[in-house]
Amino acid sequence: MPYRFIEDRTMADVAFTAEGRSLVELFTSAGLAVTATMVKDVSKIEHLATKHFSLQAENIEMLLFIFLQELIFYKDAELLLFSGFDLDISQKGEIWRLRARAMGEEIDPDIHELIVDVKAVSLHRYSVEETPEGWRAEVMLDV
Amino acid sequence: METVKEESKIQKPAFIKISDVVWDIPSDFKHGMRVPARIIATRKLIETMDLTVYDQITNVATLPGIQRYAFCMPDGHSGYGFPIGGVAAFDVNEGGVISPGGIGFDINCGMRLVLTNLTRDEVTPHLRTLVEKLFRSVPAGVGSRGFVRLSKEEFRDKVAMQGARWAVSEGYGWREDLERTELGGRASWADSSKVSQKAIDRGFNQIGTLGSGNHYLEIQWLKPENIFNEKLAAKWGLFPDQIVVMFHCGSRGFGHQVATDYLLLFLSVMERKYGIKILDRELACAPFFSPEGQNYFRAMGCAVNMSFANRQVILHRIREVFSEVFGKGPEKLGLHMLFDISHNRGTFEKHDVDGKVKELIVHRKGATGSYHPGREEIPEYYRKDGSPVIIGGSMETGSYLLVGGPKSPDTFCSTAHGSGRTMSRTKARKMVRGSELLRELEGKGIYIRTASYAGVAEEAGFAYKNIDDVVEAAAIAGISLPVAKLVPIGNVKG
Repeated sequence: MPYRFIEDRTMADVAFTAEGRSLVELFTSAGLAVTATMVKDVSKIEHLATKHFSLQAENIEMLLFIFLQELIFYKDAELLLFSGFDLDISQKGEIWRLRARAMGEEIDPDIHELIVDVKAVSLHRYSVEETPEGWRAEVMLDV
Repeated sequence: METVKEESKIQKPAFIKISDVVWDIPSDFKHGMRVPARIIATRKLIETMDLTVYDQITNVATLPGIQRYAFCMPDGHSGYGFPIGGVAAFDVNEGGVISPGGIGFDINCGMRLVLTNLTRDEVTPHLRTLVEKLFRSVPAGVGSRGFVRLSKEEFRDKVAMQGARWAVSEGYGWREDLERTELGGRASWADSSKVSQKAIDRGFNQIGTLGSGNHYLEIQWLKPENIFNEKLAAKWGLFPDQIVVMFHCGSRGFGHQVATDYLLLFLSVMERKYGIKILDRELACAPFFSPEGQNYFRAMGCAVNMSFANRQVILHRIREVFSEVFGKGPEKLGLHMLFDISHNRGTFEKHDVDGKVKELIVHRKGATGSYHPGREEIPEYYRKDGSPVIIGGSMETGSYLLVGGPKSPDTFCSTAHGSGRTMSRTKARKMVRGSELLRELEGKGIYIRTASYAGVAEEAGFAYKNIDDVVEAAAIAGISLPVAKLVPIGNVKG
């Protein structure tokens, strides 16, 4: 699995690691982990709605941070949960850019077995690092 | 769901015992500590706190302008940045900082306690109906929206600026409710021009919703033997065998976005502009009197107002449901509010520090204001008594009403806010199925309706400390004294 929840990292919140052979895979894994924090079976979220957005940051770490934060924003603002991503990540000078197409559907408690609401991404022990296999991130979510 | 366990690498500090419930970690424990850390706990509680608490509270002790101690309350457990149960006060006139990580993402998350004139015998036949109707009237869980319809402009101009006063002016409540709410239900320092459009977009349709996680709405029973201060209980409208309603929620997506916006802003200016270095980026901060610090303080005030408005609208819904079920108006059912109190806020207060009165920004993250009699922060209605303090427990064990104690100045007028977790959410979910837990609790006389079975399992009583131990520690320390314990009989779980 491209993401794993860490059992004893935090008492009140939710922590996970996400991995990918590429940055796109890493971002996809982390995005799915955010969804999996809120809903028991991510595969039950169909691709009925699409959101396009672009983000930029000074480093890859903060780019992932604001990407995950964007997913949380759409959960509240438009009641959307996402189960698929089409991402393009590039670097120009010192700026990292993300163009995203996020696919999912509106929350339906009758279909999606809901777990817990995610309030925000925390920076506590947050990290993104390159590994021999690709990329790895550790993330803690406030729930 | 795949999970992995983690072993802690944090060393347990050598505590200096000050008394049976006061333990210090000296400032030479960690490089950069400006003050010692002080834990308020019995030996039993301190031995069960997770080690991350000590790491986090000593990180807090390194922040500029911190006064006397970085405190951790008896329900302390690991959080992000500050531990939950963390209290720190910063002198705003000596470069003291303000930090979103010391207030929490759920700004002004808090508790509200509502009285009734009903007894258990009168409510029991209607309990299921009440819980079912409350579940429908007060939306809970991921992606819930409230019934209040208003434009984003109205939210920015009115809700974010006026808080519970807006709600009462719209007919969602009574004038007296404001007199029994901290700050009169409105953060006067709020300025909605300091709030992003994104925050408005996230939260404007969530007024009147509980949220999820440890948020709940509970019907509780005051057993006769659970009154510990008869005089004050009677004065505040409590009587043996009474049914009351308690709920716990905050500023929803609006507050979460305000905190995130300013966390990112502070990170970008903290070191470059103000030369502040921190040990955990979640402690990002700025001097209180800097432009960024002031903007956050004013935006945070808007989130305080959203949470007051949210709880006020929920109170209105509770009154509607009880009136419908019992066929009487809310006044006839005695549905008066006892108090509304926050446990996630930064508040500008004056305190005596080593004989000198200082202006402080007091951060309480998972810690409740607990003011001794006479403090100006206490609404006039309660000022001679001390502030009512509500400490919410798990859905199995009960909650407490307390009063600010004589020793509360020792902790900048702060006390615990809940039971405090002893087990992670993922571990709790492995231990029990939500549906089984609901059946078990129903067998014990607690009827629960939930938006999430998995969420219920995460909130199982065994995942928390014993609330009696938490209250005992606060009482021995003299920071807050128990008035009554309230046990659940019905619960709406987010």
